[in-house]
Amino acid sequence: MSYKIVDLPKPERITRMIDRMFDHMPEIEADRAVLLTESYKQTEGEPVILRRAKAFEHILKNIPITIRDEELIVGSNAKTARGCQVFPEFSFEWLESEFDTVATRTADPFYISDETKKTLHEVYKYWKGKTTSELATAYMAPETLTAIEHNIFTPGNYFYNGVGHVTVNYAKILKSGYKGIIAEAEAALKKLDFGDEDYARRNSFLNAVIISCKAAIAYAKRYSLLALELAEKETNPERKEELKEIASNCMNVPENGAKTFFEACQSFWFVQMLLQIESSGHSISPGRFDQYMYPYFKNDLDKGLITYEKAQLLMDCIWVKLNDLNKVRDAASAEGFAGYSLFQNLIAGGQDRFGVDATNDLSFMCIQATMHVRLPQPSFSVRVWNGTPHDFMVKAAELTRTGVGLPAYYNDEVIIPALISRGLTMEDARDYNIIGCVEPQKAGKTEGWHDAAFFNMCRPLEMVFSNGMEGGVQVGVKTGEVENMTSFEQFYDAYKQQMNYAIKLLVNADNAIDAAHAKRCPLPFLSGMVEDCIGRGKSVQEGGAIYNFTGPQGFGIANMADSLYAVKKLVFEQKKFTLSELKDALKHNYGKGEANAANIEGITALIAKQLKDSGVTINRDVVESIYNEVKKNSGNADNNVNSKYVEIKELIDEVPKFGNDITEVDEFARDVAYTYTRPLETYKNPRGGIFQAGLYPVSANVPLGAQTGATPDGRYAYTPVADGVSPSAGKDVKGPTASANSVSKLDHFIASNGTLFNMKFHPSALQGKSGIESFITLIRGYFDQKGSHMQFNVVSRETLRDAQAHPEKYKSLVVRVAGYSALFTTLSRSLQDDIINRTEQMNF
Amino acid sequence: MNWYDEIKGRIFNIQRFSIHDGPGVRTIVFLKGCVLRCRWCCNPESQSREIETMVSDGKAKTVGQDITVREVMQEVIRDMPYYRRSGGGLTLSGGECLCQADFSAALLAAAKDMGINTAIESTACMEFDVIEKLLPYLDLYLMDIKHMNSEKHKEFTKRDNKLILENAAKLAVKAKKLIIRVPVVPTFNDTEEEIGDIARFAAGLPNVKEIHLLPYHRLGQGKYEGLGREYSLKNIEPPNREHMERLARAAEKTGLYVQIGG
Repeated sequence: MSYKIVDLPKPERITRMIDRMFDHMPEIEADRAVLLTESYKQTEGEPVILRRAKAFEHILKNIPITIRDEELIVGSNAKTARGCQVFPEFSFEWLESEFDTVATRTADPFYISDETKKTLHEVYKYWKGKTTSELATAYMAPETLTAIEHNIFTPGNYFYNGVGHVTVNYAKILKSGYKGIIAEAEAALKKLDFGDEDYARRNSFLNAVIISCKAAIAYAKRYSLLALELAEKETNPERKEELKEIASNCMNVPENGAKTFFEACQSFWFVQMLLQIESSGHSISPGRFDQYMYPYFKNDLDKGLITYEKAQLLMDCIWVKLNDLNKVRDAASAEGFAGYSLFQNLIAGGQDRFGVDATNDLSFMCIQATMHVRLPQPSFSVRVWNGTPHDFMVKAAELTRTGVGLPAYYNDEVIIPALISRGLTMEDARDYNIIGCVEPQKAGKTEGWHDAAFFNMCRPLEMVFSNGMEGGVQVGVKTGEVENMTSFEQFYDAYKQQMNYAIKLLVNADNAIDAAHAKRCPLPFLSGMVEDCIGRGKSVQEGGAIYNFTGPQGFGIANMADSLYAVKKLVFEQKKFTLSELKDALKHNYGKGEANAANIEGITALIAKQLKDSGVTINRDVVESIYNEVKKNSGNADNNVNSKYVEIKELIDEVPKFGNDITEVDEFARDVAYTYTRPLETYKNPRGGIFQAGLYPVSANVPLGAQTGATPDGRYAYTPVADGVSPSAGKDVKGPTASANSVSKLDHFIASNGTLFNMKFHPSALQGKSGIESFITLIRGYFDQKGSHMQFNVVSRETLRDAQAHPEKYKSLVVRVAGYSALFTTLSRSLQDDIINRTEQMNF
Repeated sequence: MNWYDEIKGRIFNIQRFSIHDGPGVRTIVFLKGCVLRCRWCCNPESQSREIETMVSDGKAKTVGQDITVREVMQEVIRDMPYYRRSGGGLTLSGGECLCQADFSAALLAAAKDMGINTAIESTACMEFDVIEKLLPYLDLYLMDIKHMNSEKHKEFTKRDNKLILENAAKLAVKAKKLIIRVPVVPTFNDTEEEIGDIARFAAGLPNVKEIHLLPYHRLGQGKYEGLGREYSLKNIEPPNREHMERLARAAEKTGLYVQIGG
């Protein structure tokens, strides 16, 4: 595949569209919930899959539709831009109880009118006892519910919401439209025999698919008519023509195959948005957009029907629209996924099914679109392999340099073999894309359940110290009092036992939720676009997909590696203190007290900072609510600073830490990660697939860290735990290559649900051609050592100022000094000032 | 076991992920001891061959450690994946690596055996037969020429430039690749005439095609205080961008490729 690079300027229309989109607070709307409930009331007693299809049909027929100013790609889930619908079939109690705080809460606030509150209050009466979350709770073992209550793991995502986390077969809809899916379902219906043992299931499912697809087609036609209506009234002749073209597009797609690139864009969009009306699952990921859209672009280009400018504009419009979709989450989840993010992961580059590089014109234009819109959506990613053109790496690096934190870089050389090890065919593995944050899957064939829970690896260690007890409740297993442990092996074995037990409960929770979705919320519209649901005659929730996984993500590896290593060295090898003394020091938070006022403030500031970094607007209310939360979790104030505790902490701080390219420590970390990844892969889910571990935290390492006491790596209670597979913040002090080398020593293949490695850079480190080249070298070098994923936070001078004030939090921040890059906090104050001042003259 | 493994030398720093002193991503080993005493030197702790104590951020820090080639290379080899991708490698800096010529030659030989690129950043102010010890293992010689006027050279560096200029002529023929570098220091050599003189000399050297103008910075100032020494250039400002570009244009007249910065 050859490519042409055309760097086009940002269209003014895009600036205006974005300004309008962000000129108000996002709002919660009730239309979907009302229509869903109306339909459900009419279909009591029918097969659930048909009830779902009929409800989808009823919603699409009646939900208000709107075409926003200057839009070329139309279709909105809410009347107001960035507004959201709600999904009471999954859960509703949390929203009802948060009605009065959702507009003022810490993370991702939403406006909700009194009228909407009233309407939803009425609607919710119907749903009591009918939700997936209620059924899932009923399915779970009591021990599991106890573990969830004690924050050993958090399966909240699918517990309270739809699953999402899927890439459907977009190419198929672009090519043959929903007409094609309907024809497939009808053919399968014809093959049914009245004598088939599974006639009932297949027949209902296939009819549900047909109803859903017809509903989607009819919905698009509503837009066609609306566009015509608006065209009638339009006085600007240019816009009039545009509206007529929109009307024509929506008349043809997604019913039929797309004839042009413009139609393909519109067809893509209907698929993307409708999936998010059917269910509330996030991470509905467009995947390999540059691949499935290319034939339409090429065809138009060859026929002279399109210019690069027009194609770029249409792509920019899609990028903007991806930010129009929104979702309200419960307060705790909102913190875990801070930044209104829907994680619609769109990926460019990489190789094709046959192992040939697939980078094309659109791959570059995807990067360009992200540069134009500079918004969180899509979660933009690039695939990198040994055959990736250098031009493409340079273009991606230029995007990184803009400071938007995109793209994320993925390594084909790890992900493809990892997927093959999980049973994908070579061709399917080569065609992977990323779901949500970092989770690979084969589009249109997979139900990956990728974000199945947050598993905090620090909590089982707390269980070791408390012999499984917490607040008078048996949460973990009994592994004996630490006072009686005489060898590191014994201690480590106790940790493994606590891990194994917690992992088993996690599996119990996920499988209960999984079964509840299959029972109460199978999704016929989605299932029509995932193989082999039609062939098997069942939804993805019931195991219709070819590849099935459950992927809960562990985090806190660096904390556990450093903790266990410190225990090994200081308690058992050097005998500096006993486990009993350590237990006491942990309980007293290394002499800081169980949390005193100053400590609470410090923690609050830290959390607020991290939320800000992830895109949350921080105001006084937000800070206040974090403060109260930290205070609530911190117990009684204790100002007795005990020098013994401080001494223990100092000894711990001296022990080598993960992230510094020290072979012994890094190999130890690799082993610690196995305590999560290995037991997990022995379990099965109800859809006929296996569990596979991910090692990434989204942004949950901050709020879940606030639920975790002090750990033996010297981490204070309630502070964030380490992020993904990255070293603990500030513990990697030997520069970016050392940090990358350490992380690469973990086994990224077994964590086939994805690993996440975050690095911070100052823009100066990416300055000029040599900066870009060395940055690419860093990625290439990490990937050569079989790291799976890398993303970069290019930090601003505000951050540098903060780093001067709080150097302990920024020990691994890299800046370009003179001819070299260095760790910011190791530089003298005057030099730091010099660099900050220098930054102010820089413009990117 | 290689012949060079146990050869010892004295260094004061190893800097990974450096990109401005030779091609690609590099590890720079800073050797202790120098023949010159440049007033602007940004590594004053490198000048003396002795192990010293320097106060940095309120803490006393020992500067200098004796180390074997094997130990240095254990650190250097860690970034092998990055050298491989970028054509990078090892750069010796200092101080003046020629002050420890046997150790330097051994480090470079070890690097060549690892298959990575080698460079030195050097004043070349040493008898040529000493310099020759390094040349078989050296891919790139980054050589400083600070001033064409011998007296002014001596005033600011404590040594005249006679030996340096003689060696430049020899290195132009004998080194695999030679790049001339000029630290541009206000009040010392920052006029178009002075830079032009150096560039003309460099352009006259056979095989030399490239000159780097390195703007003076005060990043080393704090270290003088840390060593209890006086920083004699306190009152000068780093040259601004426009001025550097003017000087670059003056140097370009000679036909050389001119680069601002390393």
